[in-house]
Amino acid sequence: MNYFPDEVLEHVFDFVTSHRDRNSLSQVCKSWYRIESSSRQKVFIGNCYAISPERVIERFPGLKSITLKGKPHFADFNLVPNDWGGFVYPWIEAFARNRVGLEELQLKRMVVSDESLELLSRCFPNFKSLVLVSCEGFTTDGLAAIAANCRFLRELDLQENEVEDHRGHWLGCFPDSCTSLTSLNFACLKGDINLGVLERLVARSPNLRSLRLNRAVPLDTLQKILMQSPQLLDLGVGSYVNDPDSEIYSKLVTAIQKCESVRSLSGFLDVAPHCLPAFHSICPNLTSLNLSYAPGIHGSELTKLIHHCRKLQRLWILDCIGDKGLEVVASTCKDLQELRVFPSDPYVGNAAVTEEGLVAISSGCPKLNSILYFCQQMTNAALITVAKNCPNFTRFRLCILDPTKPDAVTMQPLDEGFGAIVHSCRGLRRLSLSGLLTDQVFLYIGMYAEQLEMLSIAFAGDSDKGMQYVLNGCKKLRKLEIMDCPFGNGALLMDVGKYETMRSLWMSSCEVTLGGCKTLAKLMPRLNVEIMNENELADFSADHTPKVNKMYLYRTLVGRRKDAPEYVCTL
Amino acid sequence: MSPEIGTHQLESDTAGDMNFKETELTLALPGESRTLKEMNGGTIGTKRGFLETVDLNLGSPRADCSDKDRNESENDVLTAAKPPAAKAQVVGWPPVRDYRKNAMKSCKYVKVAVDGAPYLRKVNLEMYNSYEQLLSALEDMFSCFTIRNYLNERKMVNGVENVPTYEDKDGDWMMLGDVPWKMFVESCKRLRLMKSSEANGLAPRTPSKCSSTSG
Repeated sequence: MNYFPDEVLEHVFDFVTSHRDRNSLSQVCKSWYRIESSSRQKVFIGNCYAISPERVIERFPGLKSITLKGKPHFADFNLVPNDWGGFVYPWIEAFARNRVGLEELQLKRMVVSDESLELLSRCFPNFKSLVLVSCEGFTTDGLAAIAANCRFLRELDLQENEVEDHRGHWLGCFPDSCTSLTSLNFACLKGDINLGVLERLVARSPNLRSLRLNRAVPLDTLQKILMQSPQLLDLGVGSYVNDPDSEIYSKLVTAIQKCESVRSLSGFLDVAPHCLPAFHSICPNLTSLNLSYAPGIHGSELTKLIHHCRKLQRLWILDCIGDKGLEVVASTCKDLQELRVFPSDPYVGNAAVTEEGLVAISSGCPKLNSILYFCQQMTNAALITVAKNCPNFTRFRLCILDPTKPDAVTMQPLDEGFGAIVHSCRGLRRLSLSGLLTDQVFLYIGMYAEQLEMLSIAFAGDSDKGMQYVLNGCKKLRKLEIMDCPFGNGALLMDVGKYETMRSLWMSSCEVTLGGCKTLAKLMPRLNVEIMNENELADFSADHTPKVNKMYLYRTLVGRRKDAPEYVCTL
Repeated sequence: MSPEIGTHQLESDTAGDMNFKETELTLALPGESRTLKEMNGGTIGTKRGFLETVDLNLGSPRADCSDKDRNESENDVLTAAKPPAAKAQVVGWPPVRDYRKNAMKSCKYVKVAVDGAPYLRKVNLEMYNSYEQLLSALEDMFSCFTIRNYLNERKMVNGVENVPTYEDKDGDWMMLGDVPWKMFVESCKRLRLMKSSEANGLAPRTPSKCSSTSG
């Protein structure tokens, strides 16, 4: 292989796109490392604090596209206080300073200021794609800068961000010369939109394939937009309230019928369900349907809609679909691969689905490989059946709303049920547990979950042994997050080298102490062991040091970060 | 399973006097004990507790009856003490993003039953700011019925009159209009337009008592 000139190797490497495969390529030998690094254009950074922007630029001078992730996953559930970190500004500033030819930026759980967006919009003339997922810190002013300055912008995709809305002007900042948009998603914006501006923008974007509107876009605008863009592949309906007898509605039906390419449908924020039949004509083509923000769609309107969706591969729904509704899904959607059932009332803690719905889905949908299921209760028998029916799970996340609830029939722990899942699903990469669980379930996980990369645990286990089984057994583990489990220093310090093979470990409200964490930090200099203590007084434990409220540790090549707030202490 | 159950419960009971709201639901969860800890200055550790120790009211259909009764009576006390009742939540559980929780929050859909109609409807109470708006939307929805306006004006179209009532959090059927709008939205679980004949005995309200704004 050394006889090939570099250009040939580069050309071959071009066909290798996944970042994991490229990482493997770079480890073969020094020349492959050199060639791969100089030719890599897309970089994935799973933890923005594991490396510095300067080192990334140094290694990958051809960088054009980067994905950055910031806060730990449990930040989604309010376990990480504000200002913890994850700021994107230093990255953008470093890229600008080093004249990186940045074209694509994808961020998850990061803090994005308007200043960052403005800098981004001005410094990268070929910038094409901005995707922000679960980010915060910016306003529509930042979006205005992107719209105004990125002359070749193709994609602006805002997913579930907290955006301060200064009301609608940003959309008008796209110049008349901007005709390159292929994807525009502003569903998460709460404010009003200038509807005329939106219509004109869509009218001059012939390549628009994906459009997701927010609540402020009413039905008649939707109808006009669809008439302009029958080529859409992915549609997010905004507000969907109207009268089925009106003229607008019948125009909408006509417009929708023309949209023969739509494969993915979402939205319906504020919906009058009796207007849903307008969409029945495109349902047979849908492969992806997200109604998880549409609590107004339920009962017979919902099942009628689903009856038409025979090609569905991905379904995100609310639990008000009920077990009966899931039976309809099971009998209709034979190609279903991914199902997410969200709680419609997370505050009260009453879910409308039980183990019956899950069993129905598993027996009707043999291709199912990914599930997120919030439910009222579960049984071992059901999980065992599900494991038998669906051995292809790669992602299995079960959330029983009452987190230590036992098997609803036998009152036993759910160890056997989850044990069956890991035993049967040899390709399982991601697992979230809930319900009453003892150390036994972790024994099973350690024994069988050979491909497991991410494990989320809450209120489970009896002793250090639980965590030890997992750390010992799961060779491919990358992310472990634990809340409210009785795991302490014995587990934490059992195999300290393990953490350098992982991206991160989160432990909150467990039994680890400050002493234990300090020991770990001392032994492993290439880990950042961050402690977050919000309480002045904390329990003292056997080693006479206080228990740690929240610990987040991660491997890093660049030592402790300099932007940590006061309440975070890196040991 | 854990011998700590007894102690944990004891500690929570003493804390309960101080802040009943905190102990209402997720009593024995370690997360809950964390918030109690903040109040008591560190006397309660992050011990794991057992949910069946009590007042969880997480709505399992197979919940033990006596537990449920206890929960409901506690709810009574709670709603009497602090309307609208805020549910105590363990931080971090259930694992639902704030973004999603907030999106659901602004949708308060309740079922509407009309005596004599073969099907129910649902309305989103958050979409209205006053009883008047709600009632006129209901009239549109059930256009073949009339609704006796809470100000006691009668509109007879088909000769059928309905009195708007709602079921509140305690399971009681109440007449619309007595409490401020926002309080009504918080506590309303479902609506029923009752036939006037069944509503005999309910004295018509005097207009001065009625609060039609979201005050």
